[in-house]
Amino acid sequence: MFGYYLDLALRSLKRNKVLTMLMVLSLALGIGACITTTTVLRLLSGDPLPQKSGRLFYPQVDPNGKEGYIAGQTKPPPTMSYVDAMYLLHAHRAKRQAVVALTSGKIAPQQANGRPFFSDGVQTTADFFGLFDAPFQYGSSWTAADDEGGAQVIVIASFLNQKLFGGANSVGKTIRMNDHDFRVVGVLKPWSPQPRFYALDLGGHDYGGDGDAIFLPLKTAIDLKMGPQDIECYDTVTNMDDLAAAPCRWLGVWVELPDQAAVADYRTFLANYVREQVAQGRFSRDETALPDLVGWLRDQQVVPDDVRLQAGLAYGFLLICVLNTVGLLLAKCLRRSREIGVRRALGATRGAVFAQFMVEAGIIGLVGGVLGLGFAELGLFGIRHQPAEYAGLAHLDLSMFLFTFVVALAASLIAGLLPAWRACSVAPAPQLKAS
Amino acid sequence: MDILPILATLRRHKAILWLLMLEIALTCAIICNGVFLIAQRLQHMDMPSGIAEHELVQIQQAPIAPPADRYARAQEDLATLRQIPGAQAVGMSNQVPFGGASSNGNVMLSPTQPHPTLSAAEYFGENLVQTLGLHLVAGRSLRTDEYVDADVLIRELADGSSKGFPMPMLVSQTLATRLWPQQNPLGKLVWLAPTASFRVVGVVETLARANAYNTATAQYSMIIPLHMGADKDQSYLLRTRPEDRQRVLAAAVAALKRADPARVITHSRMYDQVRSDYFQDDHAMAGMLVSVIVAVLLVTGLGIVGLASFWVAQRRRQIGIRRALGATRTDILHYFQTENFLIVTFGIVIGMLLAYGLSLWLMMHYELPRLPGIYFPVGALALWAIGQLAVLCPALRAAAVPPVVATRSV
Repeated sequence: MFGYYLDLALRSLKRNKVLTMLMVLSLALGIGACITTTTVLRLLSGDPLPQKSGRLFYPQVDPNGKEGYIAGQTKPPPTMSYVDAMYLLHAHRAKRQAVVALTSGKIAPQQANGRPFFSDGVQTTADFFGLFDAPFQYGSSWTAADDEGGAQVIVIASFLNQKLFGGANSVGKTIRMNDHDFRVVGVLKPWSPQPRFYALDLGGHDYGGDGDAIFLPLKTAIDLKMGPQDIECYDTVTNMDDLAAAPCRWLGVWVELPDQAAVADYRTFLANYVREQVAQGRFSRDETALPDLVGWLRDQQVVPDDVRLQAGLAYGFLLICVLNTVGLLLAKCLRRSREIGVRRALGATRGAVFAQFMVEAGIIGLVGGVLGLGFAELGLFGIRHQPAEYAGLAHLDLSMFLFTFVVALAASLIAGLLPAWRACSVAPAPQLKAS
Repeated sequence: MDILPILATLRRHKAILWLLMLEIALTCAIICNGVFLIAQRLQHMDMPSGIAEHELVQIQQAPIAPPADRYARAQEDLATLRQIPGAQAVGMSNQVPFGGASSNGNVMLSPTQPHPTLSAAEYFGENLVQTLGLHLVAGRSLRTDEYVDADVLIRELADGSSKGFPMPMLVSQTLATRLWPQQNPLGKLVWLAPTASFRVVGVVETLARANAYNTATAQYSMIIPLHMGADKDQSYLLRTRPEDRQRVLAAAVAALKRADPARVITHSRMYDQVRSDYFQDDHAMAGMLVSVIVAVLLVTGLGIVGLASFWVAQRRRQIGIRRALGATRTDILHYFQTENFLIVTFGIVIGMLLAYGLSLWLMMHYELPRLPGIYFPVGALALWAIGQLAVLCPALRAAAVPPVVATRSV
């Protein structure tokens, strides 16, 4: 029976080519717009570390003064000062922890004709790599002793290793950065989480790029005055050179808490610390926060508003296209009342007529989906050439490819419901009389 | 033209009529809000910077080995740049309008104030008024002898002495009006720290901040006579004629490299590039909105064409009868055009409500202002236009139906 409906549907579609083209085109435009914007939205709001994001948490405290503070409403700022970060680090209340800030260094290549260049990177503590599952190609992270002593060691990214050492095992070799010799202790495999969650609100871009080039111990960076990219001072600064003591916030702290009990425990610990600081007069606000990775991304609204607005617009556009298709399908069905009447008189049930028209709608959906895929690729091509941070990431993957056809079929079948129902409720007798 | 017969005919095709009206309503809502969003973006992109944008080039550099005296190095570099033929003015700044990287300070109106009045951009550097082409509306510019090295100032602040204060400073007119409404800002004092006071000696008309997130505070700027010294975050600025920019930029970069071959030029670009980079998101969004509006109008137009063709085909007999009874071609044409106009009008009425609803939703979720009344007619006009355009072809085909169709029985 299905083959027969297919045959009927194809004949009817071929009979009125212009109308069919109109329906397929409008549906394809709507689907193309939807898939393009949904791909970008999915890209940007994805979980950068799905195997671990439930166990990673970001403690926050609020060192700001009393003014502007509404208890229970004002959220703590995204970074904290050196004193607070170091206290949390040395308390060892989490399975793993890392303190993070961004920095950049001027690298002077060893080759004679090598020009010096700036590299962006991270100043952090030894557990950073274990905490975020950053994979090593050669070597490993530095040790806690290196952290304490401010040793001049460095972990570099794969692309930097390629640039400076031709991709060879450079562990033990020296890199001259900011006029100091740094010993390479590890080389990472290509690692560029999207978004760069550990660096949110520390400065720099959230998406795109090949990842950070250099990773060095926090104490080393402070000793060598490799300042953070972003620093906000909540009180008058008398000596900007002494970052460790300055009333400024510039560090992010990440902790790994394996289960709910550990999370509750850490929350209590954080609240106690802040209460102590308030009692000592150092803090004025007792707000704390401990979001997990996904919650942190949401709080920081890492997905640009524009992207969400575009996705909403695309779905509105798809709705208009579906309405369009319904209208045109309905018009087509009503024109064929005679044919339906003949079929019903010959014994076709209502269900058979309904099925026939649904198959027709389904075919339009499939063809529209294929064309829509083409439009979506075109749209993503356009986005890749846009000067946006995430431009390079806009690609159609397998799940979006399948999603296209699901959306196309769903849209066309929904569009076909009303016309099919109208068609199957046509009374055969009046249609058979001479008109 | 009798409306009632048209309405009676439409009543018989309720389903298609409602679909068409719903489609037109949604299109109207999207167009009204879309055009408003485009206008918002264009307005944002139009924010004035206050500087001579087409005459400026910016260079940022970093020495490999930090110089012993970065203030002397800065003066040397400025002297080198002044030698470039075509450079009308040379200056230095810690930030540029819409540059992205910003430096701000908390402004207090009295030293004992518990919390600051507002935050404003702090422009440090040298020769900013002349190089940036700022327009002084009151008072005077800063003199060369009033400039202090940053190190000296920081030391004074650390000692708690207020020896060098109050220092002179320039403010933007917006900032002056905000701090001292209806008063003469010249001679007024502000404090950026309990011991650091500054006296307003001049007012510039407009100077945008490097990070102008909020339109209301985008023009809060101060110019303070502080030398920052050669550093990778400072910018050298050259002012020149628009047609000389490329040449002057290349010459300046070459001259700086000759003066110190061991330095890295991190940025060298014309100021126009800075501005277009800052607003590229708005630009892209505006472009995307335009294409959505065009696509939506296209789809609706094609829908109207399809449905109108269907109706014409279904009513061939009736048209033939009317023609046989004496209706002219023009009468038939006007009939279909009026019918389309009525349908679009009904759709627009629903569309206005939808547009208002959509604007309320956008206000809640995307922090946009309410849709101003002027944008509602925009959607209506666009839809009337596309409706009439779309129905033209089917209506002409209807008008071409010959009267003899009335006599046929098929």
